[in-house]
Amino acid sequence: MMTFVVYVENKPGVLTRVASLFRRRAYNIESLTVGRSESPGVSRMTIVVDTNDEGAHHVAAHLYKLVNVLRVDNVTNRPNVTRELALIKVATTAGTRPEIFQLADVFRARIIDVSADSLVLELTGGEAKLDRLLEVLEPFGVLEMARTGTLAMARGEGTAVTAPAGYAPGREGAADPHDISYSV
Amino acid sequence: MKLTGAQILWESLVREGVTCVFGYPGGAILPAYDAMLDYPIRHILVRHEQGAAHMADGYARATGQVGVAIATSGPGATNLVTGIATAMMDSSPIVCITGQVGSKLIGSDAFQETDITGITLPITKHNYLLSNPEDVAATVREAFHVARSGRPGPVLIDMTKDCQQKSCEFTWPEASTSPAGRPNLGPKDADLEAAIALLQTAARPMILAGNGITASGASEIIRRFAEHTDIPIGMTLLGIGSVPASHPLNLGMMGMHGEAWVNQAIQEADLLVALGMRFDDRVTGNVKTYALNARKIHVEIDRSEINKNVKVDVGLVGDVGQIVSALLPRVAKGDHSEWRAHIDSMRGDAAVRDIKNLPDSGHLYAAHVINDLWRETEGKAVVVSDVGQHQMWEAQYYHHEQPRSLITSGGLGTMGFALPAAIGAKVARPDAEVWVVVGDGGFQMTMCELATIAQENLDIKVAIINNGYLGMVRQWQEFFYERRYAATPLTSPDFVKLAEAFGLTAMRVSERANVIPTVQAARAHKGTVVIDFRVEQEDTVYPMVPAGADLQNMIRRPSVLAETGADQ
Repeated sequence: MMTFVVYVENKPGVLTRVASLFRRRAYNIESLTVGRSESPGVSRMTIVVDTNDEGAHHVAAHLYKLVNVLRVDNVTNRPNVTRELALIKVATTAGTRPEIFQLADVFRARIIDVSADSLVLELTGGEAKLDRLLEVLEPFGVLEMARTGTLAMARGEGTAVTAPAGYAPGREGAADPHDISYSV
Repeated sequence: MKLTGAQILWESLVREGVTCVFGYPGGAILPAYDAMLDYPIRHILVRHEQGAAHMADGYARATGQVGVAIATSGPGATNLVTGIATAMMDSSPIVCITGQVGSKLIGSDAFQETDITGITLPITKHNYLLSNPEDVAATVREAFHVARSGRPGPVLIDMTKDCQQKSCEFTWPEASTSPAGRPNLGPKDADLEAAIALLQTAARPMILAGNGITASGASEIIRRFAEHTDIPIGMTLLGIGSVPASHPLNLGMMGMHGEAWVNQAIQEADLLVALGMRFDDRVTGNVKTYALNARKIHVEIDRSEINKNVKVDVGLVGDVGQIVSALLPRVAKGDHSEWRAHIDSMRGDAAVRDIKNLPDSGHLYAAHVINDLWRETEGKAVVVSDVGQHQMWEAQYYHHEQPRSLITSGGLGTMGFALPAAIGAKVARPDAEVWVVVGDGGFQMTMCELATIAQENLDIKVAIINNGYLGMVRQWQEFFYERRYAATPLTSPDFVKLAEAFGLTAMRVSERANVIPTVQAARAHKGTVVIDFRVEQEDTVYPMVPAGADLQNMIRRPSVLAETGADQ
């Protein structure tokens, strides 16, 4: 799995362009999230792709060919934090409710809604943690689940991804960081 | 100064140096057409919008300048699609302007509404949907910048009708700094060093010359580099012309219908220097067995091409002319006379097998026609070829000395390309002698553009290589489908009468002895001439690497004896 943080211009159709690129080059998107970034006019995508190192080079090179793409960072092999949010609706009875409360406590999940025969948990964490909670909740009956997909951010100073200096929505593009060497 | 969006469009196009557009009017683009009359623009009315895109493409390929096509919404826009995809595959800079229904109607399935930005998304470098006149000037500026910068390609601007009609203040933006024009930082010095080390130690090096050399205007520096290092050159189809055919280091075309010794040399080489080419499958054959003995240096402006089809040892990303200029002073003078002598020896009896050396048996072969055409025009014509057997014979038997003197659809292989692309080339270079070499199949796909030629009074010579078959497909059926000729026999109209109906001069040739006199007569005639060359029906393009086969396992040209036998 390769995780990319991609800065794009916040313009209509940008998501389609990125998705279309992955489709026509036959890369499998594991998850894709998009939202605003710290800079006005710039959106931030986190894209998890099922590929290897060589594929990752191509993904980045192809992304850079899209006019609206400002910057591509492969954060897979850098110190980074990744988080995903899940909402899980579980069937409950008076008997099972205390046990689910305990499990939620162990996973540091929050109970955000309780009904007569179900409750909704909110959990944030890495993908594996979410999967594990889901596993232990299965026996009680998972009625619904919604997950956001992965968000990623490089750790610490120097690895932070910032929008290009002096960027104005519209035209001031970032220089391609050009940090790829092809010599063997 | 307040102008309408339509006026701003033309103000902007004129400022980008546009003097000529190829198009077809319609409802949603009417405001733009109305405004056009007040600007110094030559408009060529096409007969089908596909022709407009090919003409813009031909214009771009003949000059390196951006070609412009214009069409209305809906079917007008969708008819451009084949032409846009053709330009995309061959990295040709064109800008297409399409009308769109009013912005309030978008999404309502209005009359002649189609999502053309969605449709052309994967076949353009970039596209735009404009509904505000305020955006027009900056977008046109950026579109031209995107089309010609980096690896060139097509850009589409879709303008709603109200965007063309509404007015705003016109200001021409200083310069476009779109992200697509990311500064070209050139390769790292370490990568250059690695390339130099490979060049210095290679015993059997070969240059693979592609379209990027022409796009970069790097013919001269490449020639000097090859001479300095004494490295022989193989050409891709679109690389033809980037190095003169008569240059002693130029071996000829590589790949599926390339010369056997060129492919053999690639398989034996210990270093490939790929310049502005992309290791297309028509060039490599089976990539698993491709040039296994060779280290590889890949100089290419599009970094996504590095390691895409063939794994390379050194990738140098950037303008091929600039990179080779940087390499040249740092590489020692080479001497590969032994290696070149070896390649020469591999030509073997190829010359004897060559169809152009056959005695005149009375039969008319396409290769004869094209070779005679080359001789008569002294290799100086701009030849626009279509797609199929004649395209390969043209590449083999017309020897191009100048860049941009062969215009052909390589990557997409678009039948019907030649006639409209030739119109674009002729409009761009009115002083050039322009010849179309086209099959009877491809010609019938876009022959309506003869009317455009007649209306515009153009002087284009059209050589129809008429064999009564969709020849290349028939050849594959012959080799790989047990001669089961499904849907390849082709009945055509009387091309002479047809051309005359358009008011054009036409001739017919069925014997070899008449080829040269007819070509001479056509060249002497001021104005378009259509020549119907009735050639051998079941002729075959040799040599051939079957699709996906190993490059060294070519089907060679049959010997003269076998060929003569087949004649009886």
